[in-house]
Amino acid sequence: MSDVEPTIHYTMRAGKPVVEIGGNWTVLHLRGIRQKVAKELQAAGTGRTARAVDASGVERLDTAGALEILLLAGGGRDTEVKTREQRHADLFKVVQDNMCSAMPERHMNWFAHWLEEVGQNTVHFYHQVINLCAFFGEILVVFVEACLQPRRFRINVVVRQMYEVWVRALVIVGVLCFLIGVVIAYQGVQQLKQFGAETFTVEAVGIGMFRELGVLLTAIIVAGRSGSAFTAQIGTMQVNQEVDAMRTIGLNPIEWLVLPRIVALVVSLPLLTFWGDIAGLLGGAVACTFYLDFTFVQFFDRLRDTVGIWHFYTGMIKAPVFGMVIAIIGCFEGLQVKGSAESVGQLTTKAVVESIFCVIVLDAVFSIIFLLANV
Amino acid sequence: MAEGGQLVDHRDGRDVVLRLRGVRTQFGDNVIHDKLDFDVFRGEIVGLVGGSGTGKSVLLRTIIGLNEITAGTIEMLGVDIATLHGKAERAMQARTGVQFQDGALFSSLTVSDNIIVPVREHAHLDEETMRDIAALKIALVGLPPDTGEKKPSELSGGMRKRASLARALALDAELLFLDEPTAGLDPIGAAHYDELIKNLSRSLGLTTLMVTHDLDSLNAVCDRIAVLLDKRVVVGTMEELLVYDHPWVKEYFHGPRGRAARQEQK
Repeated sequence: MSDVEPTIHYTMRAGKPVVEIGGNWTVLHLRGIRQKVAKELQAAGTGRTARAVDASGVERLDTAGALEILLLAGGGRDTEVKTREQRHADLFKVVQDNMCSAMPERHMNWFAHWLEEVGQNTVHFYHQVINLCAFFGEILVVFVEACLQPRRFRINVVVRQMYEVWVRALVIVGVLCFLIGVVIAYQGVQQLKQFGAETFTVEAVGIGMFRELGVLLTAIIVAGRSGSAFTAQIGTMQVNQEVDAMRTIGLNPIEWLVLPRIVALVVSLPLLTFWGDIAGLLGGAVACTFYLDFTFVQFFDRLRDTVGIWHFYTGMIKAPVFGMVIAIIGCFEGLQVKGSAESVGQLTTKAVVESIFCVIVLDAVFSIIFLLANV
Repeated sequence: MAEGGQLVDHRDGRDVVLRLRGVRTQFGDNVIHDKLDFDVFRGEIVGLVGGSGTGKSVLLRTIIGLNEITAGTIEMLGVDIATLHGKAERAMQARTGVQFQDGALFSSLTVSDNIIVPVREHAHLDEETMRDIAALKIALVGLPPDTGEKKPSELSGGMRKRASLARALALDAELLFLDEPTAGLDPIGAAHYDELIKNLSRSLGLTTLMVTHDLDSLNAVCDRIAVLLDKRVVVGTMEELLVYDHPWVKEYFHGPRGRAARQEQK
């Protein structure tokens, strides 16, 4: 197989200009061919007009090469190229019949592009809010129906989900809250020591864990673990048309897929939060034995005397609400999946980001409410 | 039996573009192919058929280098593919094209960019030339010009198959592999697709190996048919296979669907 570069030669033949073409015209030999053609034709003093082309010197030809030769010949439908082999003539014919120039790419200036993005995102956000409200309404309807007919709570599904989101999360929540308890106690001792108030570390750990950190940390772990799992599970079912199949059999996906998950998370998140609080306090107590020479008994005595029960309640009030929000967003995004496996991945990411966002916003709202309620 | 699993020799002095000799593939203890001989000659379209689980797709994946063989040799375009490494392997990849069953288009790229990927990787042309090549290939496979700017997710199943064929043809492959090209298409779409494959193979001088279950396709486009039987292949024309004595072959070609497909062809 010869490795001859494509050649272009401009001559006069019987008083007429002819471009003689030779060498290999395949896609692997066409590097920089357009510049080469332009240079050759410029040297000969002709522009981009139709011209006679003699391609009998061509050795190997493919569609890309044929395309370039036809473009060089002027590119019209009636362009004729002289060839040596029938094979090449056939190829030219096929390419000529299918030639069309590539669609020009759409270019927009950055400002218009930015405006379009903003507009699209705004519309998207608006639809998202509307859809989420509609979805919440649908859930409420099913929930009320289920309250009237408790059989429809699908207890076995709820229990299976609770095993996933509660029991299997105990270790990770426990470990992380314990470590946070240690960290807060350590920082508390370091800072409070400066004005001799290091015993207040107990309050820092207790109030911090009960009011905010215990529930927030648990909610974020659960959003990452279970919210994403809800989206992925329901989304995969959506891709496999399992959800459609459920509808045709007469099973309501909200009743079978969504409500059990919400119930499971609303029950599990307070349980996990309680567990997280305990682990955090233990972490604090362990740290205090090291840095403050407190015994466990001293730590918990002080906790009982100084940290009011309402600090614990405020955290526990938030937990089921966070659980509900995480579950609703996870299920909602799962049902938004359309078509491909790609969208499962995208929406799972979206579900996690949205649920963490909502949890933190709600936490701020709760702070204001508790402030006004003076607890 | 003639060479390369053939019932009757059809070589007629043509190049052998694909030559399998004594190929054995196995997964664990499960032997899929054993002592398999198979030849494909230049310019022909060969259909590969076989019951479920006989390893049609495995054979195709083995030939295109996605599976390792346990024994035997595979020669593609005159070169033993086991000896290919680095540059030579890439050069060989540029001379073959594969259309996967559901297209396997890169979902993050537009159709045009999908077609350009192999060109960019192997040929280093300027952007404008590559765009023109992509537009030509899109027209060649019978897609409307505006398909180029679409994402694979915006296309129907049939269009995805065509777009995938366009990508397989991006470098004017000499050897084209198609995995169930007409599966999931309606009969009209399938017939058009058969026509397309036949025309492209003839006009671009391709050699095509296609895995298929579509008896109409076998009748309409395939010059020869390879049947996977008892871990080997038996290759012949439709006429030869019709009189071949094997229960599966008989049931396949003489069953109601096989008869209907042949009737239609006449």
